[in-house]
Amino acid sequence: MRDTLRGWGGVTAMAVVCALVALVALCLPLTTTTKTAQNTTATTRTAETKAEGDCEAPEKQTLSPSSADGDTIRKIKDREGGKRKLIVGVDQNSYRWGYRNPNSGKTAELEGFDIDLVHRIAEDILGDPDAVQFKAIPTNQRIPAIQDGSVDMVVRTMTINCDRIADVAFSAPYFKTGQQVLAPKSSRVKGYDGTLAGRKVCTAAGSTAYSKLEADQKAGELPADTDISITVPNQLDCLVRLQLGEVDAVVTDGALAASQAAQDPTVELKGDAFTAEYYGVAMKKDADDLVRRVNQILVDYRKDTANGWQASYDRWLSATLGKDAKKSEPPAPQYLRTS
Amino acid sequence: MTHTPKSSPPPPGTALPVLPAVPAQAAPPARPSEKPLAPPAPSTGPRRTAFAEGLDQLRSAATTEPGRLRIIGALLALLVIAFGAVTAWQMTDRAAAADDVLTRSQPLSSDAADIYRSLADANTAASSGFLAGGQESAATRDRYERDIRTAAEKLVNAAANADPDSPSTATIAELNRLLPQYKGLVERARTYNRQGFPVGGAYLRYANEKMQEQMLPAAEDLYKKENQRLRADYAAATPYPWAAIALGVAALAALAWAQHRNYRRTNRVLNHGLVAATATATVVLLWLVVGHTLARAGLDDSFDHGVRSLNVLHDARIASLKARGNENLTLVARGAETKKVGERTYDAYDYDFGTDIKDLAGYLAAAEKLADDDSGERPVTAAMGNMREWKKRHAAAREQDENGNYQQALDRVIGTKDPTGECFDSVDENLRTALAHEETEFKRAAGDGRDALTGMPAGVAVLAVLGAAGAVVGIGRRLSEYR
Repeated sequence: MRDTLRGWGGVTAMAVVCALVALVALCLPLTTTTKTAQNTTATTRTAETKAEGDCEAPEKQTLSPSSADGDTIRKIKDREGGKRKLIVGVDQNSYRWGYRNPNSGKTAELEGFDIDLVHRIAEDILGDPDAVQFKAIPTNQRIPAIQDGSVDMVVRTMTINCDRIADVAFSAPYFKTGQQVLAPKSSRVKGYDGTLAGRKVCTAAGSTAYSKLEADQKAGELPADTDISITVPNQLDCLVRLQLGEVDAVVTDGALAASQAAQDPTVELKGDAFTAEYYGVAMKKDADDLVRRVNQILVDYRKDTANGWQASYDRWLSATLGKDAKKSEPPAPQYLRTS
Repeated sequence: MTHTPKSSPPPPGTALPVLPAVPAQAAPPARPSEKPLAPPAPSTGPRRTAFAEGLDQLRSAATTEPGRLRIIGALLALLVIAFGAVTAWQMTDRAAAADDVLTRSQPLSSDAADIYRSLADANTAASSGFLAGGQESAATRDRYERDIRTAAEKLVNAAANADPDSPSTATIAELNRLLPQYKGLVERARTYNRQGFPVGGAYLRYANEKMQEQMLPAAEDLYKKENQRLRADYAAATPYPWAAIALGVAALAALAWAQHRNYRRTNRVLNHGLVAATATATVVLLWLVVGHTLARAGLDDSFDHGVRSLNVLHDARIASLKARGNENLTLVARGAETKKVGERTYDAYDYDFGTDIKDLAGYLAAAEKLADDDSGERPVTAAMGNMREWKKRHAAAREQDENGNYQQALDRVIGTKDPTGECFDSVDENLRTALAHEETEFKRAAGDGRDALTGMPAGVAVLAVLGAAGAVVGIGRRLSEYR
């Protein structure tokens, strides 16, 4: 009798040991994962603060101009036959920036301020202003398109900001603008303030406007009951929603908001620009030679009074942004990036 | 079934409840044999039920030959009438279902396919118009307007034929609500296009989104539901009427047994009444079996060579439309949307075009296999040729686009000299011819099937009454010999 009991005791002891081992084995990975998760959040936080710390003036974080050919430019020039073209991501929905005029006749060419600049870059690099393959890309695909190499550069009213310079390289700024509110003339919305309370505001997915609204709402600067959940692939789609009464206001770059107002006389810009932003040409992070080249082109483009920046402004934008280009002109470029 | 006569004998004294055809002359001879037996029934007490009393009477009647004859006559008449009634009932259902196949569910299923096709075609026409810019051609505009009209007309028709509260009605209401919305968006897009504002393109994208994400799925749903209804009608029209056939065989066997019994008792071979009853029952059974077999053959034929071909052709037409729509959108979107398959990145719309063309090829091959005659096969073969040319021209257009020659690519898709649009139109036209042909085939076969059942329920009912009368008269004749 005692023998059998002793036998059972051994079995029980083994079972207890097994259970303990299992318990420890189960708990161990749990604790380690939480630890690593904490670690990663910690590192990202430091990275963010670092980026913010370094990122006083993102528009100045670019390389000094140079006309020398490097690997990236050589690869573009080596494209053969019909493919010897600069591949550029543009917009085809921004009135007077990059759009297809339905009445331009038989041709389906894109035109606008951005498109002029693209032709200038193509002429300089490949010797032919028309050696361009345009790719229309939605707002939130601009960075992925550059990163996966499906375009050489993006010239698409793209704001230079701190988040983006972590992913892509920007040229020096070529235009100055700021976020503005667009609403029907009869609307009670008066600007970027408390009058937006309880209103639906439309922005483009992946745009600086959306990031700003999101941040401001968290910080309490924008009323909490302003609905910012409606996002669309392109800022122009916001005008459609506004006209159909699905939203009450649009927030986008002043330059683009003016383009929208130009297409519908019943809407207007409300209040002043509440940010200062600069448009730049975006390229791959490591395409140093191309960035320098584009910066050189920009220097020349701004100097060229006959066929350069000012001429393009007069042609496309003076009607919507005013004859005087002073408030749209970017500051004198600074090249603070060294590597 | 057999308890009905037992329970029906009403008040005591009358043992002839179910033999109205042999009244007075049959009753008297039975009375003497019943009289002595009748008293015990009431003597058992007033509490006994009418059923028990009737059963007793029946039992006592069964002990004498006239009583037995009466029961036999009643059962025979009842069997023949039941046979006729069940046949008429079952065949009415089948004839109605066969008629529904021809005149209701198939036309409605075709209508639903047309609604889908018109909507998709209108959307394609609208995007072609946008691609062409301000110079939207009259042909494109007419095509768009015609498609919208067709869709609206067919929707009204579908609504009129759908049962209220059915899921189809909800889908139709949804489409009726969306169609004017869609049209409004396209009209705005046109107006802005004429003014040269890119917001026109934004409206068109919104309209396209509405079509792709709400309207086409609803139309597809309607098509599926109408097809289910068609299948259900086929399923109701074709199964063998086993109950009627079994009753017919039973009635014939009972008649044969009654005549055999007659022959054994009287040595007489023919009893006119019973022979007449047997003849009518035989005619009814033959009519039932042959008529239904013919109807079934016709309906099966209409399904195999009509409905199946029609379905495949509708699918092919829809696939070619989707392909055309995606071909247009490739140029409208201009590389805006990409799709990653494995390691490679494709243009999303062009990738879908490839899938659609593959589907189209599959459907055309299936339609060619299903086509059972020359005039059905010719347009399908022609459509296959058009499709091959389309693929060739599409590849050339894509090459231009990929080299950045957008205008040349556009010319090869919607231009005037050998554009892919020409191939799409030819595919569509050939499929339309093939559909018209199969529709005729279907109508002929299903019409034959339905006509095989014409007049059967009424004819069968009349014959059954005649047969029952014959059986009663025949038995009455024997009974009269006991007078």
